[in-house]
Amino acid sequence: MNSTRQIKMRLIRQKWGDQVFQTIAVIGVLIALTTLAALLIDALSDGLPRIDWKFLTSFPSRKPAKAGIFSALVGSLYLITLTALIAVPVGVAAAIYLEEYTSQNSRINRIIEVNIANLAGVPSIIYGLLGLEVFVRAMRLERSLLAGALTLALLILPIIIISAREAIRTVPNSIREAAYALGATRWQTIQDHVLPMAFPGILTGIILSVSRAIGETAPLIAIGALTYVAFLPDGLRSPFTALPIQIYNWVSRPQKGFHTNAAAGIVILLALTLLLNALAIFLRNHYQKKHS
Amino acid sequence: MKPPKTDSSDFILSVQNLNAWYHTTQVLQEISFDIQRHKVTALIGPSGCGKSTLIRCFNRMNDFIATFKLAGQILLEGQDLYDPAIDPVEVRLRVGMVFQKQNPFPKSIYENVAYGPRISGIRRRHQLDAIVEESLKRAALWDEVKDKLKANAYTLSGGQQQRLCIARTLAVEPEVLLLDEPCSALDPIATAKIEELILKLKDDYTVVIVTHNMQQAARVSDFTAFFYLGELVEFWATDKIFTVPKDPQTEAYITGKFG
Repeated sequence: MNSTRQIKMRLIRQKWGDQVFQTIAVIGVLIALTTLAALLIDALSDGLPRIDWKFLTSFPSRKPAKAGIFSALVGSLYLITLTALIAVPVGVAAAIYLEEYTSQNSRINRIIEVNIANLAGVPSIIYGLLGLEVFVRAMRLERSLLAGALTLALLILPIIIISAREAIRTVPNSIREAAYALGATRWQTIQDHVLPMAFPGILTGIILSVSRAIGETAPLIAIGALTYVAFLPDGLRSPFTALPIQIYNWVSRPQKGFHTNAAAGIVILLALTLLLNALAIFLRNHYQKKHS
Repeated sequence: MKPPKTDSSDFILSVQNLNAWYHTTQVLQEISFDIQRHKVTALIGPSGCGKSTLIRCFNRMNDFIATFKLAGQILLEGQDLYDPAIDPVEVRLRVGMVFQKQNPFPKSIYENVAYGPRISGIRRRHQLDAIVEESLKRAALWDEVKDKLKANAYTLSGGQQQRLCIARTLAVEPEVLLLDEPCSALDPIATAKIEELILKLKDDYTVVIVTHNMQQAARVSDFTAFFYLGELVEFWATDKIFTVPKDPQTEAYITGKFG
């Protein structure tokens, strides 16, 4: 039998362990938050004063004070829209096929699953080199908007497939059974029940992967996106620049004025990313309410 | 195993030498019996005896399990349900199923019932309205939900949800209604309502019910099939099987000696 004293001692020891772990966890959170805050404050203090309507609507210039971000901002928006238009249908279709049409435990399915997970971890520069070889050279798309979008689409495809599969997997099997038992075909079951229920999750995955693509620099440099573009893209085959490229270019200039421009560009890029993330959260909550 | 002697020879479903496997494990062995039209047939037996596998063969719900294999025949009105020329979708339109755990769609009460008719091509609003009302009435749910047909089905109680699932199945107008332990997730009052409903439904449908609850089998069914370890041990009129079982295993099970 334990005496009251023994139990008390044990409790003190257990609580101590609790305390230690809690402290470690809090420190972890603080490190992450401080880093983020430092980054934000640094970029904001340098860049925010530079941002005005003229900065947003001016083309690049050799004079830092006259240079603006217009072609990069518009280029990024075009690029990201086109990327999503290419990657989303393909990614969602692949996810539907893998989840609903193939048998879950088949060997092939497992091999595909592992490979997609690996693809999601491949460094983006590799996708850039692939894009350079396949889209820019072999398909002769040159350094065009389309070549950039195709490259970024390849980059985010694995993420879209993985997140869409996970969203589809959360739809309980009993719902599929209910539909089949009422005489629904496979496609009717997917279209009427599985996709609507998985939609918030799929959408979140799409927006998060798109907001990752918007900040990608390396693949665009690899395919040779231009750094000085004084016009807006006028078609799929048009040369283009994008926000990260423009920032990269400004940072590498010796003049102090361009560094301020770069900071301002970073603020714009951050704002765009946060906006997309906020949109993801909003849409997810909106549709979750509708479907539960 | 001889089919039970009855006045009518009007059988709707006929199971003939049915064997079934998951992977290499045989779960049903040489099952043969006939199910009579407009009667309630109960499938009873301890867990793992194959009764749920069997009831899922009647509307080909096992098709989705890759490792499932089947030999033998199940005839619906003389037509083999597993004939390669038959579309499983057609089978499921003729043989409806209600599941163990109520599984309404996360949509309105109205949309749950209207879904089956909708996908079979009925689009006219007044036609759908009529089917929804009629189906909910048959499932004894109409009075409770007629003022809130637009409400989400998840706002209903568990028992109401299960009756909604029955209504949804009836809306497709199946010939046979399969109930796979329909009351196992319900309280006694909701169970009593469903049992009352089953007795009414047999006027228009043939009902096959899997149940763990022997009192339930005794209360609602006309015939009872007792399964043990994948074999059909005894199939007889319910009042006989529960009073004068022929097989000692059946007797042991219904008197609660094992299960």
